[in-house]
Amino acid sequence: MPATTSVPAVEGWFTTSSSPCLLGTRCTSCGTYFFPRASGFCRNPACRGREFDEVELARTGTVWSYTDAQYQPPPPYIPPSDAYEPFALAAVELAEEQVVILGQVAKGYGVDDLAVGAQVELVVEPLYELDGVEHLIYRWKPVAS
Amino acid sequence: MTAPESVAVLGAGMHEWGKWGRPFAEYGIDAALAALDDAGIPWSDVQFVAGGETVRNGYPGYVAASTITQALGWNGARVASCYAACASGVTALDAARSRILAGLCDVALVVGADTTPKGFLAPVAGERWDDPDWLRFRLLGATNPTYFALYARRRVDLYGATDADFAKVKVKNAKHGLHNPNARYRKEVTEAEVLASPMVADPLRLLEICATSDGAAAVVLTSMDYARKHGAASPVRVRAVSTVTPRFPNTVIEMPNFSTDSAAALAPPELTFRDSIAAGAYEEAGIGPDELSLAEVYDLSTALELDWYENIGLCKEGEAERLLNDGDTTIGGRIPVNPSGGLACFGEAVPAQAIAQICEVTWQLRGQASGRQVEGARAGLTVNQGLFGHGSAVLLST
Repeated sequence: MPATTSVPAVEGWFTTSSSPCLLGTRCTSCGTYFFPRASGFCRNPACRGREFDEVELARTGTVWSYTDAQYQPPPPYIPPSDAYEPFALAAVELAEEQVVILGQVAKGYGVDDLAVGAQVELVVEPLYELDGVEHLIYRWKPVAS
Repeated sequence: MTAPESVAVLGAGMHEWGKWGRPFAEYGIDAALAALDDAGIPWSDVQFVAGGETVRNGYPGYVAASTITQALGWNGARVASCYAACASGVTALDAARSRILAGLCDVALVVGADTTPKGFLAPVAGERWDDPDWLRFRLLGATNPTYFALYARRRVDLYGATDADFAKVKVKNAKHGLHNPNARYRKEVTEAEVLASPMVADPLRLLEICATSDGAAAVVLTSMDYARKHGAASPVRVRAVSTVTPRFPNTVIEMPNFSTDSAAALAPPELTFRDSIAAGAYEEAGIGPDELSLAEVYDLSTALELDWYENIGLCKEGEAERLLNDGDTTIGGRIPVNPSGGLACFGEAVPAQAIAQICEVTWQLRGQASGRQVEGARAGLTVNQGLFGHGSAVLLST
């Protein structure tokens, strides 16, 4: 039976609109970005900020590096299908935020579609299904050049 | 800051690496007794025991120092159990050395032992939504080899490293470890065999990623005064210990994180975290990479060994493949790396591994590394990096 509802696999890390983006925080004192979100105390050692704004991070970035998972990862990874399908992962650098973020690569793309320095954009796709609910995750999708 | 006094490594001992699933303390006792016998020091004279914590799913497991002390027979020694993931052994060594240098004791035992499950190191069971080490598996399926492969891929795309380059690291280390009685894998491997092994995390293959092992290693440290009175005129000496953490912003993605620090507000430090680990030891000892006879580096993957060549200053960035291919890092070459066979021949017994590196350098500096001796070894470096921002490097000399 196909899933009837979709929820983010993790709360508050990304939006699910048609142009999705990652949600981070930014220190109001020094401007440092955090993903996943930071709160409490700024991790910049030169800053004593305690206030953070929620910010939408850039939807596109450049590949810092990439790989794939040819073997099924152990739990708590939840395989999306009975027959294991390898997937790719990419660490992506966002220019404005100057941060590198690790994510899976969009379904249907592998290491042959990637290169260090290549452009990717953020998409949201199903990660796994649990009790009839589809759980969504952010992914990096190669941008046709 | 002037270079600190030396402490002596009077004893080194190991329980061989393998996979038996016995309680970790059994291995620890064997390594501790071997180190004490090597030093010629009775257990009753040990005043301080520092233990590297066992590791369970990335976090500390059993209380190591007191468990092994009790197993050897309570002798009233003070104890400290140290957790720094892969760097735990050196954090323990640091505690022992500091206590000796402060004049608080003369004889310390440093021991690490573990027993490990098969397959991928997996996180703690249960739902742990605030734990990045749990979340990376649930949300990304990112295993430890994922991170090793990210570093490996950069070598390929930026420096032109080839599959053959990575395979040659394994071939070299397999040859080095062939006659090491403590190594788990003592078998020559050809480049073709490495390249024929299954891809795990592109570009890394099964034979290029270190296994997880059972094993134990121990060293006996003493003050130089005690060593002289004990009849050891020129023991191997600990010249520097570096247990640095990163400096913000750390712009290299590290296990188990989802991201790097942001450099938007503060420029990255001059040295990367991995560069800063050995640099800390060089600075403290006043000894540079040009003066090393050998190095034991943490080859969690073949490609990572190449990164370490650059991180510890053996060559410039992007030149590690050339160093390897010129034979510089093979025994007989300019600066042999992992003469023990490295993690490639041992597999990782986490809290024991950094101490095993120190055992190897000790034996090399004494000229006792039978079948893998680096001739005329005078100074050696050990280096590793532990999960959650733990650096470790130890500089030893004759």
